[in-house]
Amino acid sequence: MTDPRDVKRGRWSDHEVEQVIGRLLQLGVLIATAVVIVGAAGVLLHHGSTPVDFRVFAGESSPWRSVGAVTSGALHGSFPAIVQLGLVLLIATPVARVALTLGAFLAQKDRLYVALTALVLALLLYGLIWGRA
Amino acid sequence: MTLALFALLVAFGSFAAGLLGALTGLGGGIVVVPMLTLLFGVNLRYAIGASLVSVIATSSGAAAAYVREGYTNVRVGIFLEVATTTGALVGAALAGLIPTSALAVLFGLVLLYTAWRSFQPREEHLTLEPHPWATKLRLNGSYPVAGRMQSYAVQQVPTGFVVMLVAGVLSALLGIGSGVVKVLAMDRAMQLPFKVSTTTSNFMIGVTAAASAGVYLHRGYIEPSLAFPVMLGVLGGALTGARILGRANTLWLRRLFTAVVVVLAMEMLYKGATGGL
Repeated sequence: MTDPRDVKRGRWSDHEVEQVIGRLLQLGVLIATAVVIVGAAGVLLHHGSTPVDFRVFAGESSPWRSVGAVTSGALHGSFPAIVQLGLVLLIATPVARVALTLGAFLAQKDRLYVALTALVLALLLYGLIWGRA
Repeated sequence: MTLALFALLVAFGSFAAGLLGALTGLGGGIVVVPMLTLLFGVNLRYAIGASLVSVIATSSGAAAAYVREGYTNVRVGIFLEVATTTGALVGAALAGLIPTSALAVLFGLVLLYTAWRSFQPREEHLTLEPHPWATKLRLNGSYPVAGRMQSYAVQQVPTGFVVMLVAGVLSALLGIGSGVVKVLAMDRAMQLPFKVSTTTSNFMIGVTAAASAGVYLHRGYIEPSLAFPVMLGVLGGALTGARILGRANTLWLRRLFTAVVVVLAMEMLYKGATGGL
């Protein structure tokens, strides 16, 4: 019995897709971690001696709560925003993986899995961009 | 406490969690939230945000290797991600409505279940006739065993899907990967081979966590100066654990980690019951 995943559907076999997905995940984590480290070094150098207390939740007043605010803050050189940008890139890594999988299923003309993957991607983008649940 | 000292201590604790999680195969995410809330007095919402981010980092890192080795069943992963991401968005919506004491009790119960599962023997399933949905959804696959490909048939697809919804809700509510529940769905219900269920579970954890992390970003649960030592610590610990995996005495470590999980479970149940969190 041949593995249904080895069958070439369109241009890509499933095993070829798996190699690309693996590389993408590796690259995403690598880039996100590098950005977090740069931001963290800056935060520690500039605010390292500031007293901290995370007992009380005050997240509503945080300026780094959307992809847009975080990106512009990071471009203006704010270190906490650079950390947060790294974290947003990390959250975006599995989202990019789903988008890539969608592309692969499109290339394979696999309608059922195009629909399922598009649904997962829509749910993820809904959370990340609109932030409602 | 100053930010530098706090970050150092949190990074150290997170490193230990990531290391033990990788060596025992139970995942470090499950102990990060109790550690932050019980040991460092961090607010539960900040702890959940930081933990989810570290869960994405470790699962994506590990998934990168597993996917390329051919153990992960991408179709099973995608199909069940419909359930886990839906569950995660439901969980994120509920998170703001459920009192912290109830969340602490729920956390304690999930920790106890994890400890119990960690000593349950696992047996490989026999290849049976696949569930009709498995054939329609083309979920059946094969994986490498001793150099050749062994095919397997997927069972009880609807049950697996429903358990995955629950896994998604728990992941969002508690800030964990809920790998134990995911493996329960794939190992017990769908009867996938051990290697396939663990790696496919890991493959889905990042996507599940990303669904609720996106919502929590907007709610301010992800605090950069808390999340960076947690994420870097857990990731560093998990990578170190993966490197020394072959050389460590995992049975002894498993006992140690299970003991830690039980103690944390008791503490979470106590704090939840007395409203101390």
